Amino acid sequence: MALSAEMMLILTMVVPLIAVGGIAAAHKYPNLREAVTITASLILIYLVSSLYGITKAGGVVSVQGAELFSDLALSFRIEPLGMIFSLVAGYLWLVTTIYAIGYMRGHHEKNQTRFYCCFAIAISSAMGIAYADNLFTLFIFYEVLTLSTYPLVTHAGTKEAKNGGRVYLGILLSTSVIFLLLGIISTWYVTGTLDFRAGGIFGEEHRKAAAILLPLFIFGIGKAAIMPFHRWLPSAMVAPTPVSALLHAVAVVKAGVFTVLKVCTYTFGIDLLVSLPTRDFLLYLGCASIILASLVAMRKDNLKARLAYSTVSQLSYITVGALLATGSGALGGAMHIATHAFGKITLFFCAGAIMVASHKTEISQMKGLGKHMPITMTAFFIGSLSIIGLPPCGGTWSKWYLMVGAADTGKWLVMAVLMVSSLLNIAYLLPIPLKAFLSEDGVEKDRSFQLKEAPLPCLIALCFTAFGCLVLFFYPQPLYEIARAFLEASGNYVR
Amino acid sequence: MTTHLPILQVIIPLLAAPFCIFLRIPRLVGIFAILVSAAAFLVSCGLLQQVITAGTISYKLGGWPAPWGIEYRIDILNVYLLLLVSAMSTIVLVAAQTSIKKELPEDRHVFFYTSFLLCLTGLLGILATADAFNVFVFLEISALSTYTMIALGTDRRALTASYQYLIMGTIGATFIIIGVGLMYMMTGTLNMYDLAERLPEVNTSRTVLSAFGFFIVGVCLKLALFPLHLWLPNAYAFAPSIATAFLAATATKVAVYLLIRLVFSIFGIEFVVTVLPMQEIFMVLGLAGIFAASVSAIYQLNIKRLFAYSSVAQIGYMILGLAIGTKLGLVATLVHMFNHALMKAAVFLAIGGAVYRIHSAQLIHFAGLGRKMPLTMAAIVIGGLSLIGVPLTVGFVSKWYLVLALLENGWWPVAILVLMSSLLAVMYVWRTVEWIYFTPPRINIDDVTEAPLSQLIPIWILVLANIYFGLNTSLTVGLSKMAAESLYGIFGGVL
Repeated sequence: MALSAEMMLILTMVVPLIAVGGIAAAHKYPNLREAVTITASLILIYLVSSLYGITKAGGVVSVQGAELFSDLALSFRIEPLGMIFSLVAGYLWLVTTIYAIGYMRGHHEKNQTRFYCCFAIAISSAMGIAYADNLFTLFIFYEVLTLSTYPLVTHAGTKEAKNGGRVYLGILLSTSVIFLLLGIISTWYVTGTLDFRAGGIFGEEHRKAAAILLPLFIFGIGKAAIMPFHRWLPSAMVAPTPVSALLHAVAVVKAGVFTVLKVCTYTFGIDLLVSLPTRDFLLYLGCASIILASLVAMRKDNLKARLAYSTVSQLSYITVGALLATGSGALGGAMHIATHAFGKITLFFCAGAIMVASHKTEISQMKGLGKHMPITMTAFFIGSLSIIGLPPCGGTWSKWYLMVGAADTGKWLVMAVLMVSSLLNIAYLLPIPLKAFLSEDGVEKDRSFQLKEAPLPCLIALCFTAFGCLVLFFYPQPLYEIARAFLEASGNYVR
Repeated sequence: MTTHLPILQVIIPLLAAPFCIFLRIPRLVGIFAILVSAAAFLVSCGLLQQVITAGTISYKLGGWPAPWGIEYRIDILNVYLLLLVSAMSTIVLVAAQTSIKKELPEDRHVFFYTSFLLCLTGLLGILATADAFNVFVFLEISALSTYTMIALGTDRRALTASYQYLIMGTIGATFIIIGVGLMYMMTGTLNMYDLAERLPEVNTSRTVLSAFGFFIVGVCLKLALFPLHLWLPNAYAFAPSIATAFLAATATKVAVYLLIRLVFSIFGIEFVVTVLPMQEIFMVLGLAGIFAASVSAIYQLNIKRLFAYSSVAQIGYMILGLAIGTKLGLVATLVHMFNHALMKAAVFLAIGGAVYRIHSAQLIHFAGLGRKMPLTMAAIVIGGLSLIGVPLTVGFVSKWYLVLALLENGWWPVAILVLMSSLLAVMYVWRTVEWIYFTPPRINIDDVTEAPLSQLIPIWILVLANIYFGLNTSLTVGLSKMAAESLYGIFGGVL
């Protein structure tokens, strides 16, 4: 099959949409329906991987769509940062689908067809975000992603889910409409273009406007969950765990920080960014967000809530990395998109596995659980290490470069924040697997020892992602290379 | 024949209306009405083609030249709205065939179609004529037939709603005729273009000022500008659904057209903004209308009333565009007139489809309908998304131009307010969505099925138009730009 690269780019968005039709048509036959999803995700992986091969070899893939209005066009181009995001989202879609089969059936969820349909639409829009070549295109898919994930958040249909959905939609839509859209239209008005260009689109004469627009973008990209616009993420945890895992640890939130990185490097440009008077304020706000979210996470007993706040904190790492406006900072941020994705999805998979197998949601109930669920808890341990940034897990590298970036700027406070936060991560994550293995409290002593692991598809998925965390440590070269390519593409170099 | 298109546009439905009474058989009358409306649409298309190739058409009724006879004058602005009104009436009439069977007793069907065609005549007449007195005549034709249509609603409250509108509408019409009379007194002509020539000589006189005042207030009553909107919610809520869809899509747009004509073609924008603080008045009233009506919409229990309030809010956006007083602002208004017609026609027709099945427009009776009538309800949701201004729908195009026009004029606080107001739209639309999809049914809807095909097809034509014109704006934005150019071109009054 000789597909042109441009065709493949389009297909990354179209294939999940075709799958939606297939899933809906097969709603009466669960096995067939899941087969459709898996086939689509396999095709998507093939497409994304081939595109990776082409761009790695130096090929430029771009598609210019029809002009919509005001000379604005839907256009796509593959650049390295988008490649990272699409690879992560594409591969993890397959893993999550496998996991979801075990979870949704094990948990006897209703409306599974709607679930898989919305999931596929969300992935399609994530691909659109990854490959968007201008802010306008990116915004369109950004909003589609918000709307397509709303039914997933409210999946349970309970009052709690409805309230969660309201907060979710309320914050994401209001930030994107009031700040982001205003920022985009103003950018268009000021510069006359919305393209992503190496070195940014603002000239020297637009410095003042850029200074005003930067906060609009940073606050407007609500999906990056910078405080005080982070509340939607904990609210979204009412969703089924596969949703929390893929969307609220990977696709949606990474779409947010991806957009932040992209705007900082391709719209503002690192050289301009560093001189903007509003940047310092936002940088320290990001730092505050890192620390505060970690502190809140420590107080949460509900495992998913704790993970959600941990995500808020980790996302701000990437925002801070982008705002540091150094090569290393952006490099670390780009790598953190991938490493955090693997770490956090593992943790969520484990949380869901625990819920399905032993119906436990609170951390205080999980003491001694390691005896019953050794595989899950081991994976949890590995995921935790990756999030903390300890060897032998992938998170080590991205945090290393973020630190280097902070050191480059001489902002010692930022460095201190990153270190303190790592300590906090240890404090709220490691006790969970440790107590599960070492504590004897929760073990039912009178009964004979028995394994109570989650369904097999869940286990396969969580082992795969845990393994991924390890691979990213021992074999970080490909990831590092794309991140380097991203710096070069955006007109920056690591010293 | 083609030279007589301007008069054919009006005379075809005018003659067809009494003919309906003679035809008598409801089914025949229904089909006849569709044919008449389709003919009017074809005439509009012919006119569009003529105007684009040959420029403005001036048609002298009975061959009498302008100051003595009545002149019909078709330029881009007229033809843009003629096209809109005749297209909407045709689509709505298709849906009417089944819809009114449940909402009106059989013996009134013929009257309904008759008044519908008369209303269409009135609206098309206002658009086509260049004679100020003729405008009044057609205004009354459309208004009287509208009162009839509203009063035909089965709910007894339709009578009071109709009466309310009758009183308010008559006051409005009286004000307009007083304005026209005063202008005639000062200039000795009723032709709009003669008026435009002669008014500048006398425009410092108090008589002209009061003429302007009367005319403006009268028109604003007709277009339901806040706080003169009180007649609208009840009229829309209790009229037959078909009438609501038609009126919401066309009647207020025609009144806005009249305002634009008055401001730009008769008095001239310079007079309007220098002699009177119209910009400020329109801005304040527009914003007040947007916020007050949107907030009211959130609290409505009747879904037709909910979207009726939303209409009042949307009119606020159109007036705001005019208040800016720039070419781009006018484009924003014109684009939104077209787009809003598409949204509201889709939403009200879909509501009509639901009312056809469940015989109620109460929001609580819509609970759980998402499962029973997926296509009809999806239409309401997409129409709602368009009202919010989500990308890929026409609403986004409208919002883009309005915000851009506001920024261009330096009115950025207003731009922020406009964007914030769309969150209110999110609230009232999402309240509907939650009832439809996430609430268990309150009434027995077991045997409720999808709306009949004859309604579903028009509904979905409109829904797809909402998306199509959100992607391809060459017709809407293109014609709006041409119209704005010509309106500013004649008087050269760019601020």
